[in-house]
Amino acid sequence: MEGLSFFPKEASTFAPRTDAVFFTLLGLSAFMTLAVAFLLVYFCTRYRRGSKARHGGRVSKLIDLEFEAGWSLIPLFIFLFLFTWAAGQEFTLFYPPKDALEISVVGKQWMWKTEHPGGQREINALHIPIGRPIKLDMVSQDTIHSFYVPAFRVKHDVVPGRDNEMWFEAKEPGAYRLFCAEFCGTDHSRMIGTITAMPPEDYARWLDAQPTGETLVAEGRRLYHELGCSGCHEAGGSVRAPPLHGLYGGPVPLEGGAVVTADERYVRDSILRPKSQVAAGYKPIMPSFQGSIDEGELQALQAWIRSIGDGGKEG
Amino acid sequence: MNTIVDAQGSGSSGGSGSHSLPRQAERGVGREEATSYLTAGHGVKSWLFTTDHKRIAILYALTITVFFFIGGAAATLIRMELFTPAGDLVSAEGYNKLFTLHGVIMVWFFLVPAIPATLGNFLLPLMLGARDLAFPRLNLMSWWLIVIAGAFVLYVLVMGGVDTGWTFYAPYSTTYSNGYVVAAAAGIFVSGFSTIATGLNFIVTTHTMRAPGMHWFRVPLFVWSIYATALIMLLATPVLAMALLLIMIERLLGVGIFDPALGGDPVLFEHLFWFYSHPAVYIMILPGMGVVTEIVTCFARRRIFGYQFMVYALLSIAVVGFFVWGHHMFVAGQSMYAGLVFSFLSYVIAVPSAIKVFNWTATLYRGSIVLDAPMLYALGFIGLFTMGGLTGLFVASLPIDVHVHDTYFVVAHFHYVMVGGMVSAFFGGLHFWWPKITGRLYPEAWARFAALLMFFGFNMTFFPQFILGWMGMPRRYHEYPSEFQVYHVLSSAGAVVLGAAYLLPLGYFLWSLRYGQPASDNPWDAKGLEWRTASPPPKHNFPSTPRVDEEAYDYHPPRRPPGGHLDHPSDGRPAS
Amino acid sequence: MSDPQALAEQFDDLGQQRHAAELGMWIFLATEALFFGGLLLGYAVYRHLYPEAWFAAARETEILIGTANTAILLTSSLTMWLAVRAGEEGRRDAVTLALGLTATLGAFFLGLKAYEYYLDWDNSLVPGLRFAFEKADPEHAEIFYYLYFFLTGVHAVHLTVAITAVLVVLFLVRTGRLAYQQSATLTVLGLYWHLVDVVWIFLYPLIYLPGRSQ
Repeated sequence: MEGLSFFPKEASTFAPRTDAVFFTLLGLSAFMTLAVAFLLVYFCTRYRRGSKARHGGRVSKLIDLEFEAGWSLIPLFIFLFLFTWAAGQEFTLFYPPKDALEISVVGKQWMWKTEHPGGQREINALHIPIGRPIKLDMVSQDTIHSFYVPAFRVKHDVVPGRDNEMWFEAKEPGAYRLFCAEFCGTDHSRMIGTITAMPPEDYARWLDAQPTGETLVAEGRRLYHELGCSGCHEAGGSVRAPPLHGLYGGPVPLEGGAVVTADERYVRDSILRPKSQVAAGYKPIMPSFQGSIDEGELQALQAWIRSIGDGGKEG
Repeated sequence: MNTIVDAQGSGSSGGSGSHSLPRQAERGVGREEATSYLTAGHGVKSWLFTTDHKRIAILYALTITVFFFIGGAAATLIRMELFTPAGDLVSAEGYNKLFTLHGVIMVWFFLVPAIPATLGNFLLPLMLGARDLAFPRLNLMSWWLIVIAGAFVLYVLVMGGVDTGWTFYAPYSTTYSNGYVVAAAAGIFVSGFSTIATGLNFIVTTHTMRAPGMHWFRVPLFVWSIYATALIMLLATPVLAMALLLIMIERLLGVGIFDPALGGDPVLFEHLFWFYSHPAVYIMILPGMGVVTEIVTCFARRRIFGYQFMVYALLSIAVVGFFVWGHHMFVAGQSMYAGLVFSFLSYVIAVPSAIKVFNWTATLYRGSIVLDAPMLYALGFIGLFTMGGLTGLFVASLPIDVHVHDTYFVVAHFHYVMVGGMVSAFFGGLHFWWPKITGRLYPEAWARFAALLMFFGFNMTFFPQFILGWMGMPRRYHEYPSEFQVYHVLSSAGAVVLGAAYLLPLGYFLWSLRYGQPASDNPWDAKGLEWRTASPPPKHNFPSTPRVDEEAYDYHPPRRPPGGHLDHPSDGRPAS
Repeated sequence: MSDPQALAEQFDDLGQQRHAAELGMWIFLATEALFFGGLLLGYAVYRHLYPEAWFAAARETEILIGTANTAILLTSSLTMWLAVRAGEEGRRDAVTLALGLTATLGAFFLGLKAYEYYLDWDNSLVPGLRFAFEKADPEHAEIFYYLYFFLTGVHAVHLTVAITAVLVVLFLVRTGRLAYQQSATLTVLGLYWHLVDVVWIFLYPLIYLPGRSQ
């Protein structure tokens, strides 16, 4: 994408902060390395055997101690400062803003599948608007992958069996590399793609030009009926099962007294291993869907259940 | 200032009851060869079933040399493949098998045993003034175990390899890989017992077999470094053994606790793996620190600056090293709080490393320095370890790690520590003790040339990889986008130089075995008990148990400072 | 009656050798603790994540056999201690008797353990080979039983080694080929035996007791 360069583009809001830490550390390291190198060379020249400098003798005990204390404590304080500062840059990465645009990502050997909220799908590519936080909901179909965009300075492993999320905000339009950073098998090095960041209006235009498939939420609602979930979970069904409307985000009392929050993990577990957490007052009769639905379908169901959750509206 | 008072009878009666043999001074260069450990027995059996720690050290050295060149061959092929962006030399699967093989062999069959099992095995009893390790047969068993373990790995190599990376992450290793995962894991599992047995032997020997007068703060820092290493070996290795056992069973029987399809959690494996493998990094670097301390003091004719601080630094690295493993999982979905704790501790562990670097540097002050080959290696070690250590701060910082994790930046970082640090120290130590081990001198000019070549070749190979990683080049990529090519070409070119630099010592060491000048007992005029016996040492090391009555590294007499008080033995101890 | 055979050539005296042997065994025990420690970490993680399945699965274990085995093993530690004590006093017959009892109790334990495995097979509780579980989510119940077999299996291997060692020492003592009073052999053997016992003391509540109060 560019010729010889020492410096990856700073294309996200995280990038300048990461780089500030990086260059501070680089300056400090360069100083320390050069200082040590200088002293090594200087001492080796000045105190080479046969030189006129004064050899031998002992630096007094007191000075020993002062030196030791000095070069233990000074680095410690510098390191503590650096740690605090660097860690402070990182807090935000763990808390995606509420208004983020949510895009779902499925990693599999060896491709990235992405899907926009409007149902537009891409493979090994992702178009995003600049100036808006993007939150990725990522799942893996097989082994561990890692979603890495160097120009954004972000990376997150996509661990199978978990709902992984990350967020970023692009600030400059352009095409950026997407890599899989966690070794995932034979064609690991081909599991790459392009992130295209564009101004919001262009993004809107691009979205319109795409064939809109079913949205994730719509797919989830369809699966809910097709897989027969509605037979029990709808009021008036033949078998009594907990209603799903208003469930997401709220507390769920379990058989046995515990209370859990209905989050992504709870929904995933309830679909794949229904017996693991049985809602209080219901019988453990739901069959497991492990093996009969794939990660993409699971994600759709989660999206739909979330959309009808506490405070959410069906979309 | 004689370190030893022995059967010659000068002074106290340490060896009065022992059988007295002719002393080294009488034997000089023309001593009877028959007494040396090398000639104490003949035939293959006298080697393969020896319980002499010195012979076992030689067996280890030969074994790991073989593995070093197999692993090096894999590295050569990797660098050749990466010369161009396209995957044109080997297939993608072939490439994956190459870097896995390179990692597995270099970590478990070269770096972990490199210094402890060769130099450590040879020198520990000598430096302590003991006749052998505490458990000589256990020592022999360690070597046999690593041979068996190596056989597993060679089997894997011959049958077609394994492609999981040396990290064996689940569920790739348990479910998706097509390689010989079980055999490779079994090999590492067996090698783990070898490591544990070695570590146990070293700790017990250091505790119970020090010569009279050698109290804990007179022990050479090389022994301290081996002791700290052994602690890590003992407490970390069993966790790896267990984790790999679980991987093998999961792959063979389809039941287990890591694959999410079985209800397991792959991150649990990462935790167990790094609980071993991060401390293992210190298994690989601490002995190097010990070697460098011995060399720097000898070639600068100085006592080590801050002996006790060096000891505490070693021990604190060994202990804190157990609590930083989570920095390998900053982007694996670890909670923010876990990330903060591990990041903090990773910064903390840099402090003792910094102390060591400063102390080595300060030791040179007012020295009388000779830049012989071992010293060149030691100075190279200090420089490269400083860079490796400082880049460790980068990857300990959360925001930077999020960017450079699993890129070439990490590759460069750990090669600076492992290869720039450990391998430099290993070569330095090999040169330093070569006369003691073989009784021959190596050719000094060649050795200096090789040391410089290694330093430049190394930097040329691995410095560009820092830039690659910072630019975003992920590791373990068979093909790569063309904007990275410049740095890959530089790196590959450096690897050629580095490869040549590694072959040189092999050549002149072999040459010196036959044509090298016979070495005197103490060619460097060094301190330390190992120099007080013949070169090569007799089977039981010392004519009689030596007695120690001076500090370590007594290269210059304690001076009476202007203040008047004699700063003798308690020098450098912190006033409590 | 200092027996020169008892002193290996690398040591100066018997005291040093004894110290080395005992220290060596203690260090070995530390590595063993870490070995089991990793497994127990796995146990803790899944028990924390899936308590319901865990309790349901643990309720199906054979608590009677487990408890009986605990009693047997604890008793064997007593007889082991008696053997060490008798060794210090140089009472050969007492040593052989106590060691014999220890080995017998250990064998009893293994016998009961084997019967327990047989019952587990009968109840379809063997992960991977024959597993059916209705009472809770079977996947995580299977993980429980997997860890159960792994932990008790590794423990049984250790116990087998320990019994073999006891029998070898018993034979050597009986035939007078071991300077048992001077050497650290009995002490070291005892340490190992007690480790096997202590591991079981951890395993018993972790395997048999969860979920029993409900």
